[in-house]
Amino acid sequence: MNWLDTILQGVLLGGLYALFAAGLSLVFGIMRLVNLAHGDLIVLAAFLILVLVTTLGLNPFIAAAIAMPLMFAIGWGLQYFLLNRTLGKDILPPLLVTFGLSIVIQNGLLEGFSADSRRVFAGSLESASVNLGPVTAGIMPLMTLFSAVAVIVCLNQLIYRTSVGRAFRATSDDPVTAGLMGIRPQRIFAMATGLAMVVVTIAALYLGTRANFDPTSGPARLIYAFEAVIIGGLGSLWGTLAGGIILGVAQTVGAAINPEWQILAGHLAFLAVLLFKPRGLFPRAVD
Amino acid sequence: MTMAIPSFTVETRTRASALSAVAVVALLLLAFAAPFIVSRGVIQDLFFILTMLVLAQNWNLLAGYAGLISVGQQVFVGFGAYTMFGCVILFGIDPVAAILIAGLFSVALAIPTAFFTFRLYGPYFAIGTWVVAEVVRLLLAQWKALGGGTGTSLPRDATRDMMGVGMMRDLFGMKASEAGDALTYWLALILVVATIGFIYGLLRSKQGLGLAAVRDNEQAARAVGVDARRMKTLVYLATAFMTGIAGALIYVQKARISPDAAFSVTDWTAYVIFIVVIGGIGTIEGPILGVIIFFLLQNLLADYGSWYLLMLGLLGIAIMLFAPRGLWGLFSDRTGIQLFPVRRVLKGGPLNLTHRGGPHG
Amino acid sequence: MALLETRGLTASYGDFQALFGVDIMVGAGETIAIIGANGAGKTTLMRSISGVLTNAPASILYRDEPIGALPAPDILARGIAMVPEGRKLFPSLSVEENLLIGSYGRKVDGPWTLDSIFALFPILKERRNNPATALSGGQQQMVAIGRGLMSNPAVLLCDEISLGLAPVVVRDIYAAFPRIRETGASIVIVEQDIAQALKVADRVYCMMEGRVTLSGRAADLSRDDIHKAYFGTDHHELA
Repeated sequence: MNWLDTILQGVLLGGLYALFAAGLSLVFGIMRLVNLAHGDLIVLAAFLILVLVTTLGLNPFIAAAIAMPLMFAIGWGLQYFLLNRTLGKDILPPLLVTFGLSIVIQNGLLEGFSADSRRVFAGSLESASVNLGPVTAGIMPLMTLFSAVAVIVCLNQLIYRTSVGRAFRATSDDPVTAGLMGIRPQRIFAMATGLAMVVVTIAALYLGTRANFDPTSGPARLIYAFEAVIIGGLGSLWGTLAGGIILGVAQTVGAAINPEWQILAGHLAFLAVLLFKPRGLFPRAVD
Repeated sequence: MTMAIPSFTVETRTRASALSAVAVVALLLLAFAAPFIVSRGVIQDLFFILTMLVLAQNWNLLAGYAGLISVGQQVFVGFGAYTMFGCVILFGIDPVAAILIAGLFSVALAIPTAFFTFRLYGPYFAIGTWVVAEVVRLLLAQWKALGGGTGTSLPRDATRDMMGVGMMRDLFGMKASEAGDALTYWLALILVVATIGFIYGLLRSKQGLGLAAVRDNEQAARAVGVDARRMKTLVYLATAFMTGIAGALIYVQKARISPDAAFSVTDWTAYVIFIVVIGGIGTIEGPILGVIIFFLLQNLLADYGSWYLLMLGLLGIAIMLFAPRGLWGLFSDRTGIQLFPVRRVLKGGPLNLTHRGGPHG
Repeated sequence: MALLETRGLTASYGDFQALFGVDIMVGAGETIAIIGANGAGKTTLMRSISGVLTNAPASILYRDEPIGALPAPDILARGIAMVPEGRKLFPSLSVEENLLIGSYGRKVDGPWTLDSIFALFPILKERRNNPATALSGGQQQMVAIGRGLMSNPAVLLCDEISLGLAPVVVRDIYAAFPRIRETGASIVIVEQDIAQALKVADRVYCMMEGRVTLSGRAADLSRDDIHKAYFGTDHHELA
């Protein structure tokens, strides 16, 4: 077994998981909401990209670029009209409503697209690779990792250096006083979810081109996203990247020992972190 | 001026509940007689309703009373079922006894599960329970002796010679499979009575009051001396026990198991959550109403595949937004009727309020 | 003509009524003090005006416009800014960011900018990049006032700004008020410190149990009048 190659593949896989997790982390940071339909929204975006590619004959990257504002609108609407109503002291409504949403999306996709496995074809890029000395890295996985880093850099810039980012942080601290500053929390939350959906679309692009997906693929993505966030620690986007990478490496190492153990290895790594460092490896936020 | 010390008593009984107690006893007698009255198909339907009710009551106890919202209870259904299969296939134990063992093993599993998942809160706890369920599923799928990923069946003679079946054949002249269905049905009925009896008893007890306090405001409850963590753990272990037994019983009746089926999120969590939400979370009556509605909906829409689940999801969302206490909650709020009353009512004492002091009071 | 006035303002928290028909008036450029004991309804009044609480539309008028039912962001946009009780700075933001966010909902040209606020409270410039909640109580109060000023409001509401602060610190903070007055803004201060309130205000309202019990020019009111209005005359009987 080529250890170096296994770890490299794990790191690159981690980029994908970090993309899954970044949206989840953002929304939780701003409004303490965990959307149990997050994974299904990634799958929804993947189907959206697929439709654009197959009906308009577009290149997947262009399709994703078109899908991003569409997904932003879907996220904005979802938050503003549905999820905002569930926010409050009780944790039950957001959990149950997003759980119901997950079921609705999965079954809606099943009705619309059947249970067949799908793939978005990226042409020659799919098999292109680059030589990095003793190991080879696929171009798409490399782009996935770079995209994850770029997304996190952009999100951090947005949150810490712009007026909107200040509004995000202020609303997260104290929505009532934020209102006194002229911030409308309902709109800020909607914007946050919309933004998360843009990240979800990027994640969907790389998911769809990398592996087969079908309407029921959502829950597994949610679990990977969640594990990446917990391993990395709540409140830190770079922590989420680290968490994704650790999860990815755990999975590829497990797979190298026995292909049937890939997912289980990831879960066990998650449980190990939970056991020794329940707040994650790089926690930042105070809940 | 002297004041007479008023005498107060705390009661939970209401008039409706006294009436319903009589009705319940009558209903139970009828239910026990059912295998002699209705067809086998109806018995199987009733079995499904009863076992789903047990799962729903347990999820309701966890989420509605202990505030532990789990989307991973399927782990106990599956683990209980696999324990039973293991006992029967590997050790030749009688299925009925194996069901009880399944319950105990589920409690054993619940201990490390609680240890890990209680480190998480709110939605993260929920997903954590799901991860644990996935881990157990993946591990059991590796166990070749019990069928690995594709699963296995119970040997025919195991169910044919179950405890009590022989007696039923002799006494009532039933065929083997008929007797098997009747036996599992009766066990399910006993399990429902035991589950609801336990939950009702718990909520009426001092521990139940503490539990309600923890659900409403954990910090305040701690401040008055309720050991919140201990309460939650005990409730978690108790529901694991009952859910494990239910899982084992369900799979005695099915007689065929696979990891994907036994640990299915849809069958053992999604449906259960919808039953509780639609019926009414936080009451004992709610899941009962919920399971009836669920059964009717499932029969009506059985042919519609994913539309059925989609509608169930939309209905669940709508109820959560507009009638958060479910359909029973709506009914109970309008009429004030409680069949299993657990609210404490202060009775007795002087009827007139004392004169309030001050120029504005 | 009153810039801001309330007419028969009522407010309740569930079953508990906190305001019973309050009438106050604030003219342009005036400084008004609202005094009263705890629970008199002063903060409820501030929360009603600033839009945190929703009231009957016509019960609060601003430049003759009924604003009683408008939410807080709309109130700020019209030029009424609040310095909330307890300061309520944003812990995730630095001092400078807390100031900047004060003008998020209302960006108008006016005398108050980041620089002029740093000139008003020089210590804040030194600490501009510190997390806002790491400052002392008095400095935090300065940030809160500066944050309110950043929107160049026509009316600044100050709720209990002396609460929890040492007298010398309170003096320093109130020393900045003449500069604020110079710019023409109206100020409404809610105070438990009667002496300080009388020193800085043109007119005073006294509240008790949700009602205005006294109003008049600060200079015209006697200590005895205030005492009676503050504590009430009926409360001296023992049951």
